[in-house]
Amino acid sequence: MFEYVWLIPLFPLIGVVINGLFGKKIKNEMIIGGIASLAVFGSFLVSCGILVQLLGMPGEERHFEKTIFTWIQSGTFKADVGFLIDPLSCVMLMVVTGAGFLIHLYSIGYMHGEEGFYRYFTYLNLFVFSMLLLVTGNNLLLMFVGWEGVGLCSYLLIGYYFHKKSAGDAGKKAFVMNRVGDFGFLLGLFTLFWYMGSTHNVWTINFRELASHADMLPVGGVVTAITLFFFIGATGKSAQIPLYTWLPDAMEGPTPVSALIHAATMVTAGVYMIARMNFIYIKSPTTLLVIACVGAATALFAATIGTAQNDIKRVLAYSTVSQLGYMFLAMGVGAFGAGVFHLMTHAFFKACLFLGSGSVIHAMHHALHHEHSDADPQDMRNMGGLRKKMPITFWTFLIATIAIAGIPGFAGFFSKDEILWQAFSNPHHGEMNIVLWLAGACAAGLTAFYMFRLVFMTFFGKTRLSDKAYHHLHESPFVIVFPLIVLAALSMFGGYLGVPKVLSEFFTGGAFPNYLEHFLDPVFAYSTNFMAHSGHGEGHHSVALEWGLMGGSVLIACGGIAFAWALYIAYPAIPGRIVATFPVLHRAVYNKWYVDEIYDFMIVNPCKAFSNFLWKGFDVVIVDGVVNGVAAVVRGLSGLLRHVQTGLVHNYAFSMALGVVVIVGCYLFR
Amino acid sequence: MLALNNYLIVSAILFAIGTVGVLTRRNAIVIFMCVEMMLNAVNLTFIAFSKYLGNIDGQVFVFFVMTVAAAEAAVGLALMIAFYKNRESIDVEDVNLMKL
Repeated sequence: MFEYVWLIPLFPLIGVVINGLFGKKIKNEMIIGGIASLAVFGSFLVSCGILVQLLGMPGEERHFEKTIFTWIQSGTFKADVGFLIDPLSCVMLMVVTGAGFLIHLYSIGYMHGEEGFYRYFTYLNLFVFSMLLLVTGNNLLLMFVGWEGVGLCSYLLIGYYFHKKSAGDAGKKAFVMNRVGDFGFLLGLFTLFWYMGSTHNVWTINFRELASHADMLPVGGVVTAITLFFFIGATGKSAQIPLYTWLPDAMEGPTPVSALIHAATMVTAGVYMIARMNFIYIKSPTTLLVIACVGAATALFAATIGTAQNDIKRVLAYSTVSQLGYMFLAMGVGAFGAGVFHLMTHAFFKACLFLGSGSVIHAMHHALHHEHSDADPQDMRNMGGLRKKMPITFWTFLIATIAIAGIPGFAGFFSKDEILWQAFSNPHHGEMNIVLWLAGACAAGLTAFYMFRLVFMTFFGKTRLSDKAYHHLHESPFVIVFPLIVLAALSMFGGYLGVPKVLSEFFTGGAFPNYLEHFLDPVFAYSTNFMAHSGHGEGHHSVALEWGLMGGSVLIACGGIAFAWALYIAYPAIPGRIVATFPVLHRAVYNKWYVDEIYDFMIVNPCKAFSNFLWKGFDVVIVDGVVNGVAAVVRGLSGLLRHVQTGLVHNYAFSMALGVVVIVGCYLFR
Repeated sequence: MLALNNYLIVSAILFAIGTVGVLTRRNAIVIFMCVEMMLNAVNLTFIAFSKYLGNIDGQVFVFFVMTVAAAEAAVGLALMIAFYKNRESIDVEDVNLMKL
């Protein structure tokens, strides 16, 4: 099966070609959507085959490289188009193709009747192609191609409703902010290549070759610079402080796009990149601390904003930023496996949440349409009581919400708890561990609060719709509901792939191992050995402490839920009173702590002013001035010479005769 | 038999008259006739030298010049008719479309 790895990105590419070139002629939505979904399903099947074969091998041998052809060869620099299969890329393949297929299916129902249906599926397939290239590429440059490709597709899909100015602006914002990050990625790539080549004569960008030479990398120093550059790239792509503001705006795109690109796959590219290069990151304690702090700060900061938003998709967007912060927190404390585990479970429950919100918006849109109301179908203040009308959407949404809130037994609990435990007990950051854990735990409480606030405002209580609109509410069709059910099931049971050791030992006597961690171990073997040999040891491990922290985080989550219940079900008057008591605080949170305004003031506006100066000061005056000046000089000279051309035949004949006389004269009197 | 000088002087006078005519007259046909006069002045020179040197070449050239003059007359007159149809004039000072 390994030999066919190139089929995985090829299928979506075929979909792009067919729908991109002939989609406009085909017109039939079932054929267009069918081609796109089948392409991704084909990739999914091949990925499954590869996973099965990988599982059949002994742990240390679970890697495979297939080079298709040499892409660039210049002196000592060589870049192949080749694929790397190992447990890490295999997990990513399953997430991307699996979630991708479900979301393609969902899109057929959700995008029904939209203008540019074929355009949507072309972009979506192109995205899947780029993402697969990103996660399977065997060298940094190929990864960068995928990295840029997903950024492009993100831009195209955010701006899908391009006739809306806000959508176009959001697309541009996402693209520009991603470019800032990509620049960091490139700098990291250059520095790494140059350093390894010039000091150790290892001219390579291939992941496995780099890993086998990882011993040559010093601790700290230039490695800190390299890893920080790469991390800048990750903050752009994965929406971390300071480059996170594009993600909430990206909700202008169609909802399935938000589920696929801005929750489940693309935004996790930064996490994947760090996990892929863990052997470099582990060598720089400074960078790890920076990543852990940024991750924890983002998790907490985005969670606070999420508590005051009224747009259902914006709450989920801030939740995504916050959960990505958790993943980076895991990376920063050296718990790469836990980060990838959270990436996976997050893909399940967040895709389910986004698709569920899409189902709600879909129904609200139709209900409001019947009434000719121009109320916002995404505003939770217009919803309420939807659970009776949309039972399947409600139950799947509730399951995913429980999963993200971290209630024991559901997927989010296992991964989030693993990260919090690692943040507390890791050997890297000493005294900072408490702060990191505290930030993560607070964010967990806030997450439970705002997610249940969302559920209560949307599905519970009395409806805030008019009777007529409420009457027209109905459950979404099967293609929309089916992916919800699958994803809800995954949110429920997906966590059992990574059950922590203490739980497993307590309940089953260790018979139920942490499958995912064992599966991923070979990828992170170098980092594990490095830590073991550098004398840091294992950090402090205590079963009692782990139980205590676990109980603590469950309590925090339950507290958040209870608080949400009290505020939005039991005593609905309280939120208004809180707002009235702390108007300044509420306004600040509601307006996202004014970060966009601060960025506008500090960066965007000075940039604009400088560009304006270059335009009106330099371009118009100097560049145009030189061009127009040359033209004016020529014009003036020719104005003088013009008088020679009188247009009178006599003058011409006379000058001709005069010329003859002069020539003959010259000849005679020489 | 007159001396060569005399022929050349007559020829020069004819050529000068022709040149001055071309430069000063406005009527295109008159200019045209002046050009013919200049050509014939040259012809006279050719014949005179031919006779003087006892060489037939000059006379051959004269035939060529006469042929070219005939062709020129045909083309020139056609141009003038075309011009007259457009401007109802054959005054060369009206030929000034190219002037700004």
